Amino acid sequence: MKLTVWTYEGPPHVGAMRVATGMKGLHYVLHAPQGDTYADLLFTMIERRNHRPPVTYTTFQARDLGADTAHLFKDACLDAYERFKPEAIIVGASCTAELIQDDPGGLAETMGLPVPVIPLELPSYSRKENYGCDETFFQIVRHLARPMEKTAQITCNILGPTGLGFRHRDDVEELTGLLSDLGVGVNVVAPMGATPTDITRLGQAHFNVLLYPETAEAAARWLKRELGMPYTTTVPIGVGATWDFIGEVRAITGLTGAVDDSRLRLPWWSKSVDSTYLTGKRVFLFGDATHVKAAARIARDEMGFEVVGLGCYNREFARDIRALGKEFGLTALVTEDYLEVEKAIEDAAPEMILGTQMERHIGKRLGIPCAVISAPVHVQDFPARYSPQVGFEGANVIFDTWIHPLVMGLEEHLLMMFREDFEFHDAAGPSHHGGHAPRALGEAEPQPVAEVAPEAEVAEAPAQTGSDVMVWLADAEKELKKIPFFVRGKARRNTEAYAAERGLNEISKDTLYEAKAHYAR
Amino acid sequence: MNAPSNIPTRTCRDTPVLKERGQREVFCGLTGIIWLHRKMQDAFFLVVGSRTCAHLLQSAAGVMIFAEPRFGTAILEEGDLAGMQDAHEELDREVERLLSRRPDIRQLFLVGSCPSEVIKLDLARAAERLTVKHAPHVRVLNYSGSGIETTFTQGEDACLEAMVPVLPETGARELLLVGALPDVVEDQAVDLLTEMGVGPIRVLPAARASGTPAVGPETRYALFQPFLGDTAAALDRRGAQRIEAPFPFGEEGTTLWLKAIADEFGVDDETFERVTAAPRARARTAIANAAESLRGKSVFFFPDSQLEIPLARFLTRECGMEAVEIGAPFIHKGIVGADLDLLSEGPTISEGQDVDKQLDRCRAARPDITVCGLGLANPLEAEGLTTKWAIELVFTPVHFYDQAGDLAGLFSRPLRRRGLLKVEAGA
Repeated sequence: MKLTVWTYEGPPHVGAMRVATGMKGLHYVLHAPQGDTYADLLFTMIERRNHRPPVTYTTFQARDLGADTAHLFKDACLDAYERFKPEAIIVGASCTAELIQDDPGGLAETMGLPVPVIPLELPSYSRKENYGCDETFFQIVRHLARPMEKTAQITCNILGPTGLGFRHRDDVEELTGLLSDLGVGVNVVAPMGATPTDITRLGQAHFNVLLYPETAEAAARWLKRELGMPYTTTVPIGVGATWDFIGEVRAITGLTGAVDDSRLRLPWWSKSVDSTYLTGKRVFLFGDATHVKAAARIARDEMGFEVVGLGCYNREFARDIRALGKEFGLTALVTEDYLEVEKAIEDAAPEMILGTQMERHIGKRLGIPCAVISAPVHVQDFPARYSPQVGFEGANVIFDTWIHPLVMGLEEHLLMMFREDFEFHDAAGPSHHGGHAPRALGEAEPQPVAEVAPEAEVAEAPAQTGSDVMVWLADAEKELKKIPFFVRGKARRNTEAYAAERGLNEISKDTLYEAKAHYAR
Repeated sequence: MNAPSNIPTRTCRDTPVLKERGQREVFCGLTGIIWLHRKMQDAFFLVVGSRTCAHLLQSAAGVMIFAEPRFGTAILEEGDLAGMQDAHEELDREVERLLSRRPDIRQLFLVGSCPSEVIKLDLARAAERLTVKHAPHVRVLNYSGSGIETTFTQGEDACLEAMVPVLPETGARELLLVGALPDVVEDQAVDLLTEMGVGPIRVLPAARASGTPAVGPETRYALFQPFLGDTAAALDRRGAQRIEAPFPFGEEGTTLWLKAIADEFGVDDETFERVTAAPRARARTAIANAAESLRGKSVFFFPDSQLEIPLARFLTRECGMEAVEIGAPFIHKGIVGADLDLLSEGPTISEGQDVDKQLDRCRAARPDITVCGLGLANPLEAEGLTTKWAIELVFTPVHFYDQAGDLAGLFSRPLRRRGLLKVEAGA
């Protein structure tokens, strides 16, 4: 048993729903109690889909448990086939139905439906949403894909995009354009937009682009093993990764056509002098492994940030992320415990968080700006505008998204000069954020009297970065407050580290400036 | 003078109920935690369940609000399913850890879920054991919010029902108001009744454990919400007596609800009139403004919160709408009888759900407005139907006089919006 406040991933059957909802002509019959239908709203509200997910829930109740829930499942399965006439059906159980052991797969097989019925075994008490996507898509591919004659033109399949994916819609469009520049056509995009019939002809393509390893790696591996299709291993998020990806595609296909990178603006935007203020900004990265991996490279090589912490929530990729951590001289945090992430961020005291919607919440609490780089998704992650992450336009979007939460170059200096101004003071936050500015680091969030011990204390006694053994003298404390809020955390941390190194347990105004001189760069 | 003026000769009281069984597109009772944890400020709701339960709460909270959580899920893992004794030990350990981190917690609810019910994890026993362990600082109670037993608002009913047996006993003649309403609305109700001289007034649930009301044979209680049938039964078992009335939605509903209480407490007509005249007039004006666009329009209710029957009464009688179908997850005639008595015969009254069949009926009827859950709203909008998502009716202050206009506004806004938007090509 594990106490969870917020979760990064849903249960595995939600992963199966993401595959089913992304596809067309597929129906999912889910043995589940009433209430599990909440998952529909993820798609209709968060993603604003204009159709119900193609899912029939048996919605059994307590009174059915004594009777015949298996019959209920068979009726639901038959009704779903009659009403929706899908090309194929996937069947499975949610967490509760797994306990009553009706074996939906076995039941459906005996019904003699005239379309392929694909049983799913998704262990709800040990696995999670991404596994559900990956396993479901793999099972669909394994049941339907067959060797086929290759297309005359060089084509690939794009594997991985699903319903409710972080920017999947726009990534597919951007990537399709890039591949077209390279002279590669797209045979099938799957799961998103594909029918079961499309899955049968995956083998027509010359190779696969594994866009999101979280949701399609098992399928890509199977297609390589069984149909001899190579797949790309670089996810083209960021400038460097996009060029590496282009190199990979050229190596697989032998194509040498030029690529039009005239729309790529990140390199110049990053080189231009206005961006100097980004140098060495301390960032903390957390999200799914694929996006964190890409973001780490962008942060260091393309933005000039310093990565002070990184991690992922999907354990399936723990090894990759630990290796990445080593490369950056860090110990990677692999956890699904939101409170642990919060504590790590508090300890690292970064100037910015690149995380998920949940880190945005942490950032709000700690007064640290945050940009979102990864699922789990929120309604805000489905913008009306075109907003990909992959390819050249993706790099442009990422540049804009990441600097948006920050106080900009000149504004930083103005804040320094006029820090007593009643409107334009540091606690007001970046001027382009209106009333929703982040709260200054180190200042307590105003709480209703009732909430004396919110999350801060849930995370076991967050160490005030050593300040419990270190005393700040009044003049030093006062001087510290004169430093703008967005660097105050760093100044406090550096000064304490400096004092600790020298065995000082009192910090004076002089210590503060000695530390400043020591860390100057 | 304050009796309803136009009582229909044939009402929905005797309309045969269309009972359906099939796929139900509804939330489970766990969802109630989203508002209950805001109402009870020193309570923590610990769901004993699966990752699905945690995900539901998060999704419900994430789509609708993003609050500081005073709820969490103890997620069952494979090991817990194997040995029951271990599950109890694990639960004790998690509770211990939680309470030591959150010394502000005075009431802890262990909330049962589908998996905990199916594996028959005895949370009542756990609650007893943990109460003994953590008394007097924390009281531990349990109820089930599982989808196999509860639908959406029934979760609040189950929670309040669990509180009733441990309420202190009193011999005093008091008014108890039952239901977790937004503070602003609760205060309005208490103020109006206090002005009439009704009192003392207690509320269940109280904002903090220290304000817990007492109950006894002299207690007279009134329900704020129509979904509190089991809580009412538990109060009856404690000897309390319910004051029957239509629910306080709209000018008419509020007046009848207040009047029933006023009569029970011997308030004279003149006083009642003096206290209610001004807010009644305000409510009428506010409703009239919003009702302009509702008059003559048809409405179709999918089952959701059990508020459907009282709301249909409000919309048809005070806003001039016509109800096509009134679906409710569960109909307790003993509780909503007074509302059914005011509803003219005509609409289909359905209980339970077979969602695909109900969607067929809705598409055939093409109502001007469809009240439904979040899973159905956008798909129906995309088919050209105007919808009102039902959950907002539970989350927004809509009871009593000064919210009557807002309540009508919740229904008129989607229609107004549809009229305003010009986003088609060539528009």
